Amino acid sequence: MSESNDSQPSAAERGLAFFQDRFDLDDRSLATALDTALEREIDYADLYFEYTTTDSVALEEGIVKSGDRHLEQGVGVRAVKGERQGYAHSDDLSVDGAKIAAGTARAIANEPSTQAPVAIASQTPSHDLYPVELAPTDVPVATKVAWLGEIDAYARAKDSRITQVMASIVCQQKHILIAASDGTRVADILPLVRINVQVLASDGTKREIGYQGAGGRFELGVLQDPARWQALVDEAVRVALLNLDAEPCPAGTMDVVLGPGWPGILLHEAIGHGLEGDFNRKKTSAFSGRLGQRVASEGVTVIDDGTLPGRRGSLNVDDEGTPTQRNVLIENGILVGYMQDRLNAKLMGVAPTGNGRRESYAHVPLPRMTNTFMLAGQDDPEEILKSVDNGLYAVSFSGGQVDITSGKFVFSASEAYRIENGRIGAPVKGATLIGNGPDVLTRVSRIGHDLALDEGVGTCGKDGQGVPVGVGLPTIRIDALTVGGTQG
Amino acid sequence: MTRTDPQQEMESIVERALDAAKRAGASQADVLLVQSEDREVRVRGTEIEFVKQAKERGLGIRTLVEGRGGLQTAIVSTSDLAPDAIDRMAGEAVALARATAPDPTAGIPADGFATDLPDLALFDPGDRNVSLEARIDDARRAEAAAREVDPRIDNSEGSQASSGFASITYGNSHGFMSSYDSASHGLFSEPLARDGDSMQRDYWMTAARSLSGLEDAASVGRRAAQRVLRRLGAKRIPTCEVPVLFDGITAPSLIGQLTSCLSGYAIYRESSFLKDRLGESIASDLVTIIDDGRLPGALGSKPFDGEGQPTRRNLLVTSGRLESWLLDHYSGRKLGLPSTGSASRGSGSGPHVGTTNLWLEPGEGSLDELISEIDRGLLVTELIGMGFNPTTGDYSRGAVGLWIEKGEIVHPVEEITIAGNLGDMFQQIDRVGSELVWRGRTAAPPLRIAAMTVAGE
Repeated sequence: MSESNDSQPSAAERGLAFFQDRFDLDDRSLATALDTALEREIDYADLYFEYTTTDSVALEEGIVKSGDRHLEQGVGVRAVKGERQGYAHSDDLSVDGAKIAAGTARAIANEPSTQAPVAIASQTPSHDLYPVELAPTDVPVATKVAWLGEIDAYARAKDSRITQVMASIVCQQKHILIAASDGTRVADILPLVRINVQVLASDGTKREIGYQGAGGRFELGVLQDPARWQALVDEAVRVALLNLDAEPCPAGTMDVVLGPGWPGILLHEAIGHGLEGDFNRKKTSAFSGRLGQRVASEGVTVIDDGTLPGRRGSLNVDDEGTPTQRNVLIENGILVGYMQDRLNAKLMGVAPTGNGRRESYAHVPLPRMTNTFMLAGQDDPEEILKSVDNGLYAVSFSGGQVDITSGKFVFSASEAYRIENGRIGAPVKGATLIGNGPDVLTRVSRIGHDLALDEGVGTCGKDGQGVPVGVGLPTIRIDALTVGGTQG
Repeated sequence: MTRTDPQQEMESIVERALDAAKRAGASQADVLLVQSEDREVRVRGTEIEFVKQAKERGLGIRTLVEGRGGLQTAIVSTSDLAPDAIDRMAGEAVALARATAPDPTAGIPADGFATDLPDLALFDPGDRNVSLEARIDDARRAEAAAREVDPRIDNSEGSQASSGFASITYGNSHGFMSSYDSASHGLFSEPLARDGDSMQRDYWMTAARSLSGLEDAASVGRRAAQRVLRRLGAKRIPTCEVPVLFDGITAPSLIGQLTSCLSGYAIYRESSFLKDRLGESIASDLVTIIDDGRLPGALGSKPFDGEGQPTRRNLLVTSGRLESWLLDHYSGRKLGLPSTGSASRGSGSGPHVGTTNLWLEPGEGSLDELISEIDRGLLVTELIGMGFNPTTGDYSRGAVGLWIEKGEIVHPVEEITIAGNLGDMFQQIDRVGSELVWRGRTAAPPLRIAAMTVAGE
């Protein structure tokens, strides 16, 4: 499963060498740290070493006022016995740091162990989805500063109503090494880049913000292509100016058309979280016990796929060392799968799906999404809009949230229009959509052929942990969704 | 405050970083060192589900170098406190600063530093050695109490107890250096209730600087249970415009959102809908909002802010009139005003504006009395989603609550949104209750807004 790359060793190979050369973390020292955890009678233990560099430069008022550089390093150790987890972490990235943390984590069990010493496997499989020649954190700061200046000038030249431009470039290079008592030993190097452009438009009486960003696990050079970044600025400016003229949003139940790409946040909130293994193992999700049942219209297929090359939500291995995979969650309207980490997979008697993720070494892994999207259908997007007499067309969103247990979700539109007699009408602002996760997809009546993935700016929060994710959607029509505006 | 040896050790690390920045060429620098120790446990049913213990340190160095027409700024952070690592990071910070643009407004405060550091009762020394077992017992008692209330409570997301201790040291190149210790303890319970096909969750929580300041564990569990039980059988309601009452759990979010629009950064960036309103009436005369960083024992208290300035009591809104922005040194200079002692800072970031202990002054009447005064309206008990635009004040969020008819609660409601404009909503506050309970750094009594659009069926 390890894909070859002609130009350089894989991220897994380079990651192992990094931790071995810099921190003396070889197989023998990993095994002794794991053995420390296993001195008590536990089922499983794992180590997660992390060394992450993040830098960001930000522009406002026409100048880059500050540069930031952050180094985060440490080790997290977990001991598992049944449903019980002990976790300890330390900023001492070394075998000794891991042993001390292991001594703390194992305190969830009292009985001395009779287990055999851990044998580290020679090779744990991994992908190589985001090879880069130049780490984004190695791109000179001066290059980023000059680029931000170009963005500022370009945005201000677009329209005289643009009075403020804020732009930032954030680059990260994360090295991880995971070792577990079942012999797992795998490393990865994860690049992550992101550019953000926010403009303020003012017409003398009103002010509105427009935002657009892009990113992923690839070289920063991908975004430095003027055609790419200028399109982002164009979008931010267009949305800010559009919202200057937007009307208050109607309130009530109506038919809603969601545009392609980022509106896939609907899938993330309305059904994705409810299909995470922990909630279903504990039976606290509105989707608990519903495998095999219809939860969406015919034709609706929803996928979570961590293996898409270069995407923001992609991972070579998850944060427990399980290779990521393409998981079908809903197939032609029927619920067929949950997303699992190792703990919940074991307790539910199923296989892990490569969805065990954590924000950093200071956090315990949880079942999380990667890139979540709906497969394309056959309808023409134009025809979908024409099919709605009066409703709402929502093109972009600023965020959402869900109550896993009741299934109620909400998400907020940043660009939306009325639909009047099958045609796109006036822009509206402040539209919030609210619905019930287990039935919203049963009211999907049309699916476009225009599946698009988002630009790569999503961050998902759960239990106080943020992880990068992706979403995607074709144009779809949902019948009778509640729109929360001010115009009753 | 009494000085401890660990504080002296932390101050010598900060001193080293300041020296290294100066040697590397910084004309000004400031350094924040945060050392923390956290314990967290979760019990679900009768099982201990999760136990976590951690110690962490974070060092943040801000350096400023002389540029043409202003200072150039950079911030670096690391958890590696080895002497050579500190020297290397300080050098990197200076190199990074040289790559940024000179900013005539940049700089650290030259004076006004906190001199008298009052004892704000930020921790109880007796709590320092609290055992994991004691916190597990708290979580167990909350969990058991929640499940005993009613047989329909047959599941939960668990009950969680946490105890955290932090030591903070701040020093700068103008000679200010000081440290303080603080603690924070919490208990949170989140039961589930089931009735037929309806399944609901809700929570109750308590937080304090000392263990003795926490609400009793069994009481936390029982109140969580009462909150979830009353959500069973929730219905949707038709779209309408009615009076909306926010309880003590949901009202603080309104105060927080309004205050975020008073940050000096939002003002000079023109991204606040209140930017031209200083000195004007922005709310009903029932509204008085205060931020005070020196309330003894409170969760937002600290003796000095993220730039060494003394914290203080800031009157933000008095009887509806907007009195003050919240400012750190930089945003104050942008607006030609002194800092309000509101710099908030973590080791991994530069200063920004934050609140300390923020509240809305209570009025008269219990929540029950406020409910009894409503002929037909909504009591909001939970809000979801992020539908607030600080630039325009547009507000639209998902809500869960209880429907009120003729002064009585008649049934729970869900899958609705409430919408309006935050500026109009504060002008339309026509009732402020008497109950002010701190569960975090922001508190508000129950509030009634005369009319909002509720979107439903």
